[in-house]
Amino acid sequence: MALDSKSDLPQFKVVGTRPARPDGIDKVTGRARFGADMSAPGMLTGLILRSPHAHARIVSIDTSKAEALAGVHAVVTRKDFREITDDDFTADILDNCMAGAKALYDGHAIAAVAASSTKIAREALKLIDVTYEKLDHVTDVDEAIEDGAPVLHEGRSDETVPAGMSPNVLSRYEFGHGDPEEGLKNADHVVERTYKTEATHQGYIEPHACLAQMGPDGQGDLWVCTQGHYMVRNTCAAILGIEQGQLRVTASEIGGGFGGKTTLFLEPVALMLAKKSGRPVKMVMTRSEVLRATGPTASTSIDVKIGMTKDGKITAGFAEMRYQGGAYPGSPVEFGAMSAFAPYDLEHVKTIGWDIVTNRPKAAAYRAPGAPMAAFAVESAIDELARHFGLDPLEVRLKNAAREGTKASYGPTYPAIGLEATLRTAKDHPHWSAPLGENQGRGVACGFWFNFGGDTCVTLNITPDGTVTVSEGNPDIGGSRASMSMMAAEELGIPYEKVRTIVADTGSLGQNEVTDGSRVTFAVGLATIEAARAAKREMCKRAAMIWGIDEEAVEWVDGAAQPAGPNAGKFPPMTLAEIAETASNTGGPIAGHHEANPEGAGVSFATHMCDVEVDPDTGAAKILRYTVFQDAGKAIHPAYVEGQFQGGAAQGIGWALNEEYIYGDDGILQNAGFLDYRVPVASDLPMIDAVILEIPNPGHPYGVRGVGETSIVPPLAAVANAVSAAAGVRMTDLPMSPPKLLAALHAKG
Amino acid sequence: MTKVHVTTTINGDPTEFLCEPDETLLDVLRDRLGMTGSKEGCGTGDCGACSVTLNGRLVCSCLVLGAEAEGQEIGTIEGMAQGENLHVLQKKFIEHAALQCGICTPGLLVAAKSLLEKNPDPTEEETRYWLAGNLCRCTGYDKIIRAVMDAAKEMREAA
Amino acid sequence: MVQVKIWGSLAAFADDQSQVEIEAKNLRELLDGLAAAYPAMRPQLDRGVSVSIDGRIYNDSWFTPIREDSEVVLLARLKGG
Repeated sequence: MALDSKSDLPQFKVVGTRPARPDGIDKVTGRARFGADMSAPGMLTGLILRSPHAHARIVSIDTSKAEALAGVHAVVTRKDFREITDDDFTADILDNCMAGAKALYDGHAIAAVAASSTKIAREALKLIDVTYEKLDHVTDVDEAIEDGAPVLHEGRSDETVPAGMSPNVLSRYEFGHGDPEEGLKNADHVVERTYKTEATHQGYIEPHACLAQMGPDGQGDLWVCTQGHYMVRNTCAAILGIEQGQLRVTASEIGGGFGGKTTLFLEPVALMLAKKSGRPVKMVMTRSEVLRATGPTASTSIDVKIGMTKDGKITAGFAEMRYQGGAYPGSPVEFGAMSAFAPYDLEHVKTIGWDIVTNRPKAAAYRAPGAPMAAFAVESAIDELARHFGLDPLEVRLKNAAREGTKASYGPTYPAIGLEATLRTAKDHPHWSAPLGENQGRGVACGFWFNFGGDTCVTLNITPDGTVTVSEGNPDIGGSRASMSMMAAEELGIPYEKVRTIVADTGSLGQNEVTDGSRVTFAVGLATIEAARAAKREMCKRAAMIWGIDEEAVEWVDGAAQPAGPNAGKFPPMTLAEIAETASNTGGPIAGHHEANPEGAGVSFATHMCDVEVDPDTGAAKILRYTVFQDAGKAIHPAYVEGQFQGGAAQGIGWALNEEYIYGDDGILQNAGFLDYRVPVASDLPMIDAVILEIPNPGHPYGVRGVGETSIVPPLAAVANAVSAAAGVRMTDLPMSPPKLLAALHAKG
Repeated sequence: MTKVHVTTTINGDPTEFLCEPDETLLDVLRDRLGMTGSKEGCGTGDCGACSVTLNGRLVCSCLVLGAEAEGQEIGTIEGMAQGENLHVLQKKFIEHAALQCGICTPGLLVAAKSLLEKNPDPTEEETRYWLAGNLCRCTGYDKIIRAVMDAAKEMREAA
Repeated sequence: MVQVKIWGSLAAFADDQSQVEIEAKNLRELLDGLAAAYPAMRPQLDRGVSVSIDGRIYNDSWFTPIREDSEVVLLARLKGG
């Protein structure tokens, strides 16, 4: 469904269709090469020794026995890396990749080996003798800020944290306007509750993997599954003290990331092992390592207070949110605090966020980082208020919805946005009026995400036979090569099949921001369009030379240069292929390129609707029906936009119902495997209807907004609201796993 | 430890290899035979990315020892297309955009092919339960289920 | 002069003002001007900020023009997944 609100967009021929992706055949035949699928002559296997303790001082590490084992070619500990003193961010990344003075969580890397076989490498790990001094630990976000809680770091709190708080509190954020206490006085009812969410993992099916080579001349090569090989290059270079230009990083096909592959885990260690051994070193994580030591999201504890009049007007919103982001600064709490009330037009709103450290793995970004938990809390409270007054929850949201001109809770005034369109479309959708049976409930929720641009390079080459190659620098995580080929074909006026897009290595293009922030179709798409326009200008110039007329008198129409108007002269159009054929005679090869930092990405909103049936005997909640309504700006390849909507919804459903990090009293992760860390499987889910709305982003030539992240923001609350309706009891702790739901049903009586 | 000599058939090709007694079939395929189409997502039989067939039976190759392949017939993703002709399932996965990152795709295709050999006309529920051992984190399964059911329909019509 | 909105917890480092005036014609002048006028804000400016200018968000582009009547809002530096 398209609800174009503007008609001044180009009439598209390729954009909006659903062609096959260029990497499709490689991926259905097993030929596509992912991180672990590469090998090199003389390659060694690298493995990591990990901390068995949640918090411990590393007294000593004796690697001599491991080094003496036949077949072991290198052992690496933190001592092999230089001290980083000038950049906290990079220092923390290194400390997370290889522990320094302390092991800060179960699974923290302590040492690494490279050996001629996996078997020998495993044997070598057992021969590394580490003396630990165990320390008290804390893994719960609320316990971490109590007086006397075990302290992870001293002196890391920034200037925003009031004196006297636990050193585990590192930052405080506050956003909003008006005076919520004043606004609450005008409410007919106030809901005040605390909501908790457990940490979840991005759960990409491909574990982290890389293959590193590093010569004594300082030149290195790295093959790696990552969302940003330029980020890998720059950060590894900083950690290892080498020049960025000397390290060439090639991105493998990537088996999912969702934000979790936007930082480093293995890469600097692999390069160091390769450097010390003089041999290529391949490292591949096990699933258990992925869960214990790579980026889960934050667990949270959020106090919400919202007031509403009996006719559904929100008079004030307040939220205080505590996010633990693992053992280092940088939980996404500021984004929770900025996004929590973003869908609403409020006179009085305030959010306070606290960034807290605990003995857990360092949180990595996960799709709209920080926003889903905040939306869970706020959207649950709004749902409870609507039900209190017997009001239609969609009407309540419409009544309070942010629109063009609304002052957002995080500060700016909104330009044209699509929230209201998603709510109205939801209200008119047959799902909203479908009947429900016994033990069934329906929930809705809204969500918001910012999206951004960032450094981007695209080079578009016209080959001598008139086909087109596009080189971009962003790993293709969900079909973006198809989208780039489509935008290039659209702009050049040639068939999609004539364009092939590749992801180039770091030696081939300039700096590219990571594939994150829902930026690729927006920013790389914009650069692709500009690169195509540059190539068109050059081709018009070549045609002008052949015709002997001014280049201003030539225009590009439907894949060919033609004289612009009757005064330019009468010449038959020259197609792209005809111009390409004589390129050597008219000045040489033809290309277009574009390097920019496109900013001004449009914000994005979604409304989700969910039906759930609760089994009163087991506490199991089954998703019966699910519909996503989201503004895509413009859907370049609608099937992949639908895929983003559906995938985000499914991940949010997992977060709501089953996924959680379970720590024992010993601070050890108890469910480091896919059997016990339970992501949704095919039989858990229904079809997920994806309704695409198109309210064009004025900041992009084709109107594109990012779509990848917003889709995970509403589902936690949509599912919780449906479960609460079905169960007749308000669920405030995620996940709503069967034991927890059953206990709530029993408590209700 | 002495290596085991194994004689087997993989995708119809007579194949011999040496492996450690405790080495999985998945490691043999990937590390010794260069057949990296089967993926390791967990190594514990929970994700299905390493799905292959053993004498026609769907198994997780990370839970089978290489030595167990002796005298058996193994089928992997590399054997699914016939020359340059894709299997109907492979075509339908591309047509329906049933993959985003593609890491789970080989396992899902092997599992789906195995389903359709047993049950050429599965319901949506039967398809979902058969594929419940194959995790996909990108798609929410919607387009995968549609692709498999559409392939089943086309294969029934062609039969 | 450009009116710049400061988020709540940052206001404490701008003499408790939620809005300040800075002489700036572009993003670079704005950030330099803030750091000069309110040195206490410097740690946060060094950690990074994003800036909304007339409803569009900028992270880096120094020479993004700012008009006298532009709506300018400081935001925590955006990250994505």
